[in-house]
Amino acid sequence: MNKELTREERTDALGGMGCKRKRVEDARFTQGKGNYVDDIKLPGMLQGDFVRSPYAHARIKSIDSSAAMALDGVIAVLTAEDLAPLGLHWMPTLAGDKQMVLADGKVLFQGQEVAFVVAKDRYIAADAVELVEVDYEELPVLTDPFAAMESDVVLREDLLGEGGSLPDGAHGPRKHPNHIFTWEVGEKDATEQVLDEADVVAEETVYYHRTHPCPLETCGCVASMDKVNGKLTLHGTFQAPHAIRTVVSLISGIEEHNIRVISPDIGGGFGNKVGAYPGYVCSVVASIVTGVPVKWVEDRMENLMTTAFARDYHMTGKISATKEGKITGLHCHVTADHGGFDACADPTKFPAGFMNICTGSYDIPTAYLAVDGVYTNKAPGGVSYRCSFRVTEAAYFIERMVEVLAIELNMDAAELRRINFIKKEQFPYQSALGWEYDSGDYHTAWDKALKAVDYDGLRAEQAQRVEDFKAGKTRKLMGVGLTHFTEIVGAGPVKNCDILGLGMFDSCEIRIHPTGSAIARLGTISQGQGHATTFAQILATEIGLPADSITIEEGDTDTAPYGLGTYGSRSTPVAGAATAMAGRKIRAKAQMIAAYLLEVHDDDVEFDVDRFVVKGAPEKFKTMKEIAFAAYNQAIPGIEPGLEAVSYYDPPNMTYPFGAYVCVMDIDVDTGVTDIRRFYALDDCGTRINPMIIEGQVHGGLTEALAVALGQEIAYDDMGNVKTGTLMDFFLPTAWEVPNYETDHTVTPSPHHPIGAKGVGESPHVGGVPCFSNAVNDAFRAFGLRHTNMPHDHWRIWKTANDLGLHG
Amino acid sequence: MSNKKHFKLTVNGEEQEFLAEPRELLIHTLRERLRQTGPHIGCETSHCGACTVTMNGKSVKACTVFVAQADGADITTIEGLGNPDSLHVLQEAFKEHHGLQCGFCTPGMITRASKLLEENPTPTEEEVRFGMAGNICRCTGYQNIVKSILAAASEMNAAKEAAE
Repeated sequence: MNKELTREERTDALGGMGCKRKRVEDARFTQGKGNYVDDIKLPGMLQGDFVRSPYAHARIKSIDSSAAMALDGVIAVLTAEDLAPLGLHWMPTLAGDKQMVLADGKVLFQGQEVAFVVAKDRYIAADAVELVEVDYEELPVLTDPFAAMESDVVLREDLLGEGGSLPDGAHGPRKHPNHIFTWEVGEKDATEQVLDEADVVAEETVYYHRTHPCPLETCGCVASMDKVNGKLTLHGTFQAPHAIRTVVSLISGIEEHNIRVISPDIGGGFGNKVGAYPGYVCSVVASIVTGVPVKWVEDRMENLMTTAFARDYHMTGKISATKEGKITGLHCHVTADHGGFDACADPTKFPAGFMNICTGSYDIPTAYLAVDGVYTNKAPGGVSYRCSFRVTEAAYFIERMVEVLAIELNMDAAELRRINFIKKEQFPYQSALGWEYDSGDYHTAWDKALKAVDYDGLRAEQAQRVEDFKAGKTRKLMGVGLTHFTEIVGAGPVKNCDILGLGMFDSCEIRIHPTGSAIARLGTISQGQGHATTFAQILATEIGLPADSITIEEGDTDTAPYGLGTYGSRSTPVAGAATAMAGRKIRAKAQMIAAYLLEVHDDDVEFDVDRFVVKGAPEKFKTMKEIAFAAYNQAIPGIEPGLEAVSYYDPPNMTYPFGAYVCVMDIDVDTGVTDIRRFYALDDCGTRINPMIIEGQVHGGLTEALAVALGQEIAYDDMGNVKTGTLMDFFLPTAWEVPNYETDHTVTPSPHHPIGAKGVGESPHVGGVPCFSNAVNDAFRAFGLRHTNMPHDHWRIWKTANDLGLHG
Repeated sequence: MSNKKHFKLTVNGEEQEFLAEPRELLIHTLRERLRQTGPHIGCETSHCGACTVTMNGKSVKACTVFVAQADGADITTIEGLGNPDSLHVLQEAFKEHHGLQCGFCTPGMITRASKLLEENPTPTEEEVRFGMAGNICRCTGYQNIVKSILAAASEMNAAKEAAE
């Protein structure tokens, strides 16, 4: 006889929400059996490779590909001239601009795609690239956006109107030929008045340098045109496979049902794989022309130099407060360097993303934000590197401004934050820059964090260290970095969020099999987040079948329901909600079936973990497994056979995860070397689906934050040469540089999300960057430093110490 | 091309003979010619370690070794470390301790770790961090990778003691 399990045992057996379920993805990855795009090898497949510009700004006088074509094994060399008859020499960007697929008469950044070589293998393709002769005429280079706005060098002649006039851009009027847009939010006059009348105003210019998401796997695709059936299959590193399908259809004219986009396993994305790149277009064209599959995979230099930079925001802020430290107003102006084409990945109505979350965690009654986008001779991109649209920039800005204000007020920065936090009872909170924060309990999180690190003890130790330093007893300073961030993720409500007109809902479709297992398909795509594990947990709890009996499938547009993909921490807030809602539809039908089988009215049964029981008589029940079988195999009057559901979820609001971080850092004044002694991260992502995976996300996001704050940068010289184009120069931390992190949490569920979850993948990056940077800045506060820019590599820290006269 | 030469490799215990250009990189030989796609290409400059294999008893980054340099070598990739019926202790430990996310660095990471534990069966945390510094992971922040390797070391040592 089977012993009847307790309710608790039945719950545990499901492996549902809240448990540390081991990942189902890991079996294949640990055995080297992942299937990434470069692992795909199709019969007859050719290899594509780009001829790229060595110049940042030049006219192309001629391209001679005859020597390349003469090489054995070279099939084609495509140039803009070949693509022009198809209208594919330019393509639309996600930001309403257009971008050259292959250089059309000129180049605008170093590494720009000039010609596409198609050859029998990658070695022949590489040889052929060297043989293509391009005659360039160099043009003046603009790498500084402020200089670009003053210059009479026009980068984009294609955007000039008749007689050199300036037609409006995708986001309104333009002030200069190198200007892209001005985006304003909030009340300008009111904010200026508040600043004029304030007791105290702190001003600072904060540059958030250009960097790159640099996933370990670069971008690539395999395009395969089946000329017999007229079907195009496109495998690729796509964070948004459905959006890619629609875009490919719109620009190629191939009907959408004849395009199948497949994202196989993706080796990290972090925003790099959201956009559409020239390599995809050229591969598709090459496959159509040759009738065989064409693969293109960028190398690391191409990745760092051309696809998807992040940040590059010059932010000037003014923050005002009363003498007691109550913040009264915030003014922010951003000069945003977008490179040669505006290819930022932001929802259409938000040309600077959600930068207007820059009032942060604070109750700031009056605020104004203006962003000017500018063209320069740098690579296009502006993607959200492990953050929702421009949210890292916003969080960094406000968390630096609060620190500067604390210096101005001669106040403790933790206390200044505490007296300005939005209070728990103020939620839902309407921010001065237009957002409705759904929920939060900042004071509880803050107090828990400060207590966990013994904040007062740290400050006492730091004061002693300063004394010792002044007395010549030590050459190491100590910084205490603080951050309380609020994110805005889960884009988003279709009423105000779309990309290229595609509404930002997401979806889940579930099929229950007769024997009580299931498959669920989603519009998202995992790049390491563990969706196959966590979405099955949501479903296990919702439908009462074990997570181990539920397959999760993503990334094949022929089978998955339409969705906008995975970035901006939107998978759990949007597709996770769709999953729960689809699960509830399954449950609603199961309830009717159970009632019929138990011979009671629908309202007389209730769901209990893995079954429906008769109310008041729990010994009378039907398990979900039994119900699944009956759904397919028993004729039930009035109910059609089968047990399936689909949900398209349009979120009513964004979600607003938050967190409180503390970093304790020692800095060697003579070498600039930093030592992270301690890093404490408290995250509140609402309902927690899998604590093991959350912790892993936090470790990873903090490490990417460490990289950005302490050294990682895409730097250019005055000629527009990329100075950090390989991993020799572009900082990716190793196990040796990275500390152990302490993780903690509070739980404030989202009131509008079906399971209360808010998303967590990007929080540690958003909160981590200002926290590391604040620690560096804080170490020098006692010596008069207000602000120094990232990245805080050893040289820059040494320079800061030197400028402050600390080297004697 | 006419400049192909004859090469012989032992890969995961199997002898392989083929004609190739001497300039062919070992990573391409393994991935494209011999279809051992576990080792990956992340940087082409020896920095990231995604292509790590064991060659003649040493950890090697296969993206910067010519096949000509590897002629006659004995090579083990992730595919040779364990199989579905009998995983390597490290493969189990990475699963158990959430030592991977996107999985792209994992084959190189585990292959390197297996060599590290041969070189030093009882490493400290610091020694693991130093010994793994040639392998970059963008997802995990290394904390759980280090944990996985230390756990595997303990388990391997316990098994050794039990056997003695």
